[in-house]
Amino acid sequence: MSDASMNTTPSKAKTSLADLSDRTRRRNAAEKRFQAYGIGAIAISLFFLIVLVFSIVRSGLPAFTQTVLDVEFVLTEEQFNDAEKQLFKTKAYSGYFNDALTAQFTEAGVSVPFDAKSIERIAGKVGGTIREFYRENPDQLGQPTSFQLAASSRVDAYINGRFTRDTFTESRFLMAADLDLVDAMKTSGIIKNVFNWNFITGADSGVDNPGGAGIGASVVGSFFMMLVVLFLSLPIGVAASIYLEEFAPKNRFTDLIEVNISNLAAVPSIVFGILGLAVFIQFMHLPQSAPLVGGLVLTLMTLPTIIISTRASLQSVPPSIRDAALGIGASKMQAVFHHVLPLAMPGILTGTIIGLAQALGETAPLLLIGMVGFVARGYPEGFVNGFVEPNSAMPAQIYTWAARADASFYDKAWGGIIILLIFLLTMNIIAIILRRRFERRW
Amino acid sequence: MSFAKLSISALAVAAMSTAASARDNVQVAGSSTVLPYASIVAEAFGENTDFPTPVVESGGSSAGLKRFCQGVGTEHTDVANASRKIREKEIKACAENGVTDIIEVRIGYDGIVFASQTDGPAYTAFTQSDIFNALAPKVMVDGKLVDNPHTQWSDFNADLPAADILAFIPGTKHGTREVFEEKVIAVGCEETGAMAAMIAGGMSEDDAEDACLEVRTDGRSVDIDGDYTETLASIDANANGIGVFGLAFYENNTDKLKVATMAGVTPSTESIATGEYPVSRPLYFYVKKAHIGVVPGLKEYAQFFVADELAGSDGPLAQYGLVSDPELAATQAAVEAEETMQ
Repeated sequence: MSDASMNTTPSKAKTSLADLSDRTRRRNAAEKRFQAYGIGAIAISLFFLIVLVFSIVRSGLPAFTQTVLDVEFVLTEEQFNDAEKQLFKTKAYSGYFNDALTAQFTEAGVSVPFDAKSIERIAGKVGGTIREFYRENPDQLGQPTSFQLAASSRVDAYINGRFTRDTFTESRFLMAADLDLVDAMKTSGIIKNVFNWNFITGADSGVDNPGGAGIGASVVGSFFMMLVVLFLSLPIGVAASIYLEEFAPKNRFTDLIEVNISNLAAVPSIVFGILGLAVFIQFMHLPQSAPLVGGLVLTLMTLPTIIISTRASLQSVPPSIRDAALGIGASKMQAVFHHVLPLAMPGILTGTIIGLAQALGETAPLLLIGMVGFVARGYPEGFVNGFVEPNSAMPAQIYTWAARADASFYDKAWGGIIILLIFLLTMNIIAIILRRRFERRW
Repeated sequence: MSFAKLSISALAVAAMSTAASARDNVQVAGSSTVLPYASIVAEAFGENTDFPTPVVESGGSSAGLKRFCQGVGTEHTDVANASRKIREKEIKACAENGVTDIIEVRIGYDGIVFASQTDGPAYTAFTQSDIFNALAPKVMVDGKLVDNPHTQWSDFNADLPAADILAFIPGTKHGTREVFEEKVIAVGCEETGAMAAMIAGGMSEDDAEDACLEVRTDGRSVDIDGDYTETLASIDANANGIGVFGLAFYENNTDKLKVATMAGVTPSTESIATGEYPVSRPLYFYVKKAHIGVVPGLKEYAQFFVADELAGSDGPLAQYGLVSDPELAATQAAVEAEETMQ
């Protein structure tokens, strides 16, 4: 600094080093300004991050609680056999449940007027849960069993305060008179708000049953897809980049390959979906809606990202390491695998995780291979089936929920985003731990 | 490189299991209007039978039928949902790819309603002519056919609010668009005399009919290619906007939307069932007969869908907003007998 100020003030007048010249002051001011811009930029991004996280958490939290009807219920063997004979069995179970609830109210002397229809409107789709329970536990038939069954989405919205009596619009899904009954049930402890485990563990449900919807199955779908992506794109990507970087001759042909890899990274992801439909499903006859196909499509999409980042980290290993290895008589392959690759590993892992995270959030390539829509198959039976049984993926499930008419599914979509973010965060933490382990300084 | 070994073995295992297992679930694709009903049926089908839950994809009637018609074999879909009847040229395309035996199943009726923000302008009563005057590229003004000069609803009908014209209509890949064109725009075209004027101006009748289906392209009519939630979001953002919705979607969102009457009739399941409300259409799904017996549960799914317990007037589909078909018994018999289209 003193040098500069000396230069700027030729030795005409004697100045003290302590006095700042105009130019120095301007340069210092410019530096201050630049720092302020930087802090401003960070502040703005922090602000947006906070707004984003806040709005996601606020909109998503209702998905994690569910209004339930906590009732004791007896199903006789006769009723069970009767219901199993029908075509629409779950409806019969719902009917039994509503009858039992009505009887319970009458017995408890609920003073609010109600009829069977209002019970139907308040209770959600309970038949499926009841049937599943008794099919698995036939010894419980005839025994009083206590159930926590989902209430309808409108009741859930009312209990969660999404609307009040003032803002309530009556529809055939919930009448104004039903609210009195809901309030009475809440006071007597039949209606409760509990943590919604089913949302974390369950599968998708029909559009008229938001209470039964869960994201668990699609988390599993995403997991299997990520396995396919990881085990295909990492070895292929790393092998391709090592060859291109360390062994391949530099000529027009390899230049062409390099340019094409960079271009591939910029191809819109829906294109990979169209390719997936044409090649994997219609030509290779792989199953539709399967995480295997989803993983293959996403592998194609992730490969360029991994190749580019792997090559960058191979390049960043100092040439002296290669030279030293070759100098003491290592073959080229030994130099690469014993010295260069371990040093490039942290960069490769970072690139892979970024690629995987990108693939995890993709919906567009899955649109055409049948993973977006109503896929409620539940958990796959066994590890291998996980790859081929129809399943959805987290972003696809979120997209599907956001498009449904019932506003309760909108909450579910936000809740799904929270789960997706947790999944992503876990992946990033694993990446950081691995990177720390491999990191070497020189 | 243990990664490579692992991945190769994983792929080998996966490939082997793929070859061994044929598809065991019904695969459905098509109309986003039918999707909610199909998802209700699919969930119930999975819960009530021992077959796995069918996979139902969305994407629009045309896209669904296109995939349906791509061929026979488990890599192709078994069922196409459609919010309109299959077209002649689609049947031809199907036949070219070997899909010849198609079972047509009508599941019920759906109304198309015009709705706007609850606190927006008072769009409470429309006629087909109003919609035509607002959205057609050429309309009748003072007895002459001119480029649409209207910017506000009150420009052509003093009973309508003085608000800017802005409509969100379904995009061309939706079956709903066709119904909107034929039952609203075309009717308005005839009522206002625009069609007669076109023919008088030297157009052939066919050309005039086609010209009658067009909508203006100056930004006052916006095509929505996504689902009704996208239309709802557009309405939320534009107080002056009116949107085209399915009746079931509107009924699920009565707190946000108010509906307009069409030609004096309020849309409801009753007025659609009696045929009073003019803008309604049948909903269909199409089954590939060649897949019955190959894909487990396909015929059972079709039968389950149209059973009285589901598609009947107090089944869950009607509960959600489907107008049940009075001729359901005939449909059930046709599915039972696997009657194909001619």
